[in-house]
Amino acid sequence: MAVAELRPGGKTRTSFWNNPKIRALFAQTVVLLLVVAGVAYLVNNTIANRERLGVASGFDFLWQTAGFDISQTLIDYDRTYTYGRAFLVGLINTFYVAVVGIVLATFFGLVMGVARLSSNWLVAKVAAAYVEIMRNIPLLLQLIVWYFVVLGGLPAPRDSIAIGEGAYLNIRGLFLPKPVFGEGTAIFLASVLLAILAVWLLARWARRRFEATGQPFPVFWTSLALLVLLPLLGYVLAGMPITLEYPKLGKFRISGGLVMLPEFMAMVAGLSIYTGAFIAEIVRAGILAIHKGQWEAAYALGLSRTQTLRLIVIPQALRVIIPPQTSQYLNLTKNSSLGVAIAYPDFFNVAGTINNQTGQAVEVIAITMAVYLSLSLGISAFMNWYNARMALVER
Amino acid sequence: MATEGRAGATASEIGPPVTERITVLAWLKHNLFSSWFNSLLTILVGYLLYIVLVPLFRWAVLDATISGTSKEACDFGGACWTLIKVRFGQYIYGLYPEEQRWRVDLAFAIAVVAMVPLFLERFRHRLTYAVGLVVIYPVIGYALFYGGWLGLPVVETPRWGGLFLTLVIAGVGITASFPLGILLALGRRSSMPVIKSLSVAFIELVRGVPLVTVLFMASVMLPLFLPAGVNFDKLMRALVGVALFSAAYMAEVVRGGLQAIPKGQYEAAMALGLGYWQTTGLIILPQALRLVIPGIVNTFIGLFKDTSLVTIIGLFDLLGMAKLIVTDPQWLGLAAESYIFAAFGFWIFCFAMSRYSQYVERRLSTGNRR
Repeated sequence: MAVAELRPGGKTRTSFWNNPKIRALFAQTVVLLLVVAGVAYLVNNTIANRERLGVASGFDFLWQTAGFDISQTLIDYDRTYTYGRAFLVGLINTFYVAVVGIVLATFFGLVMGVARLSSNWLVAKVAAAYVEIMRNIPLLLQLIVWYFVVLGGLPAPRDSIAIGEGAYLNIRGLFLPKPVFGEGTAIFLASVLLAILAVWLLARWARRRFEATGQPFPVFWTSLALLVLLPLLGYVLAGMPITLEYPKLGKFRISGGLVMLPEFMAMVAGLSIYTGAFIAEIVRAGILAIHKGQWEAAYALGLSRTQTLRLIVIPQALRVIIPPQTSQYLNLTKNSSLGVAIAYPDFFNVAGTINNQTGQAVEVIAITMAVYLSLSLGISAFMNWYNARMALVER
Repeated sequence: MATEGRAGATASEIGPPVTERITVLAWLKHNLFSSWFNSLLTILVGYLLYIVLVPLFRWAVLDATISGTSKEACDFGGACWTLIKVRFGQYIYGLYPEEQRWRVDLAFAIAVVAMVPLFLERFRHRLTYAVGLVVIYPVIGYALFYGGWLGLPVVETPRWGGLFLTLVIAGVGITASFPLGILLALGRRSSMPVIKSLSVAFIELVRGVPLVTVLFMASVMLPLFLPAGVNFDKLMRALVGVALFSAAYMAEVVRGGLQAIPKGQYEAAMALGLGYWQTTGLIILPQALRLVIPGIVNTFIGLFKDTSLVTIIGLFDLLGMAKLIVTDPQWLGLAAESYIFAAFGFWIFCFAMSRYSQYVERRLSTGNRR
């Protein structure tokens, strides 16, 4: 801390080794030398060890054939593809589970955070119990319980639990009807896009009009109608292009349809319920941070409790909520690497397999760290942007 | 604290103050059936609780078995707590030899007794005492756990396990990450560019990656980094990984405290002629750390939960033991019991710590109130 200001130069003659500037320079040089020497030592050892073990260096292995299967692939992949492609598959799986997890965790967190503040005693206690139990048990343990105990206890394919028409749940996963996109899907998609655009324009127009004239417009219901009716119209006009392919129940396996692996379900359940408990606390703290006067003023204006929450409290609370929320999203994304414990083929899991096969630990670890670092930076950049937007709303 | 504040708000929403003594019915009406929506919610949630909790209670208590010494004693209507009873020692000590377990007990008893003065408000030299404890205790602990002197047989670290190992990893992680974290936080606030950028780089790098990768790196890469022939104990590698990881998080918590100290404190200390380390040690840190005690305890809770990740690199902490015991052919099919017991073990410690943090927060906030 600005040691230099300690002795205003001049009268007291400081000796050479007591001069703060020289001391700082000296300290930094020593630290730098130590770090450089340490790194050089480690690098040197690593090179020697790799030569001894006969490990090739460099990233050429990325273009070699992987030769192992991945249980969940959202892009084309089989064992004849390259290691690079395998990394990509893992990365997409990480994204997939993180995005679904973040959406669900936000939902749980919002519901439970608001519920914990409910005037209903029972609801508040249930939410409190959820938070206190879930956030005090390690996530890894929760994932293992979801995977091995809850989902591992599901019946074999032949005794599948049928959920409605054409959906089955068994130990191999959740089997859902798969949409098959026929001719004319483009028209349908266009109508969906049109509906979204219309809703966006409508919301903008309604807000402008509200700010100009003070007349409210039932945006929610009109939007809902637009979102349902326009795509429906497009769907019928296009000649009902999308058909469903139902999973067929066989004796030992289920064929066809869309499969959701138990690993994936366990990951989503564990991540979202665990992170949801933390988000609930953040939401609660955010709502409590709003001064009581805001509630009272809103009531005095004749707003209902729901309106107060939606129009007065939540917009203000969001500003308190977003920064810690960001770190929860980051945590969730990083925690998705625990998939390795329950065989979910996320990025870290795939990287581990590749490391075992190629032995190129340094490269694999470097790629892994780089990927997670960029994921973290990406999410925080996005949330910072969102935060800045929310903060601007004020005035 | 927060909940109480909210309770006040609810009372004001309900309306006229309750002057009569509250009857059960009135309480029910106010808290559960104040409006049609609330009544609906109460009934719905009550029904959900009923269909979840009643079977759970039957399974865990009414139909459960705890007698006997083997799986055959369980009639399989409910939980088989016999497993926990029979294997209790392994959940606590791992594979530590049974006749040597007293050493672990003794070491933890010493720890508990030695920590008592830290919680005594009257005791003046708590800081000096704590530093002394941190230096001396690991030696005592290691000597007792590992053995090899005074005729104590050596117990290799792969045999350490269960709750004991969890506490060892958490304890070492906490004691190592605290000073490291403080140094990193000071480094990050330093005016020396080299030290500042090194600290920032370390903190951000470690915080940007998951702990699993750090542990993985510690277990796979460390042998590569060291000269041929030098080999580290697996536990040691995990400890290094955990300590470095939590140091980065600790650094950010401490930095929050450092930033909250007004500049006047630094200037006053300089005016008194204190040097950097004196200013930091005597003026800044005591105030900064006090401010962030809740954050520090939260980091400890996170660290405690994160110790379970050593299971992935093949150590048998409480979770690892629970997992190992489940695979025993004599006790197949009792995964739920084993994991629930482990979860309960983790929960007790984390919940206690979070309560302590809330208590400290309350006490600090009353102290700072003007």
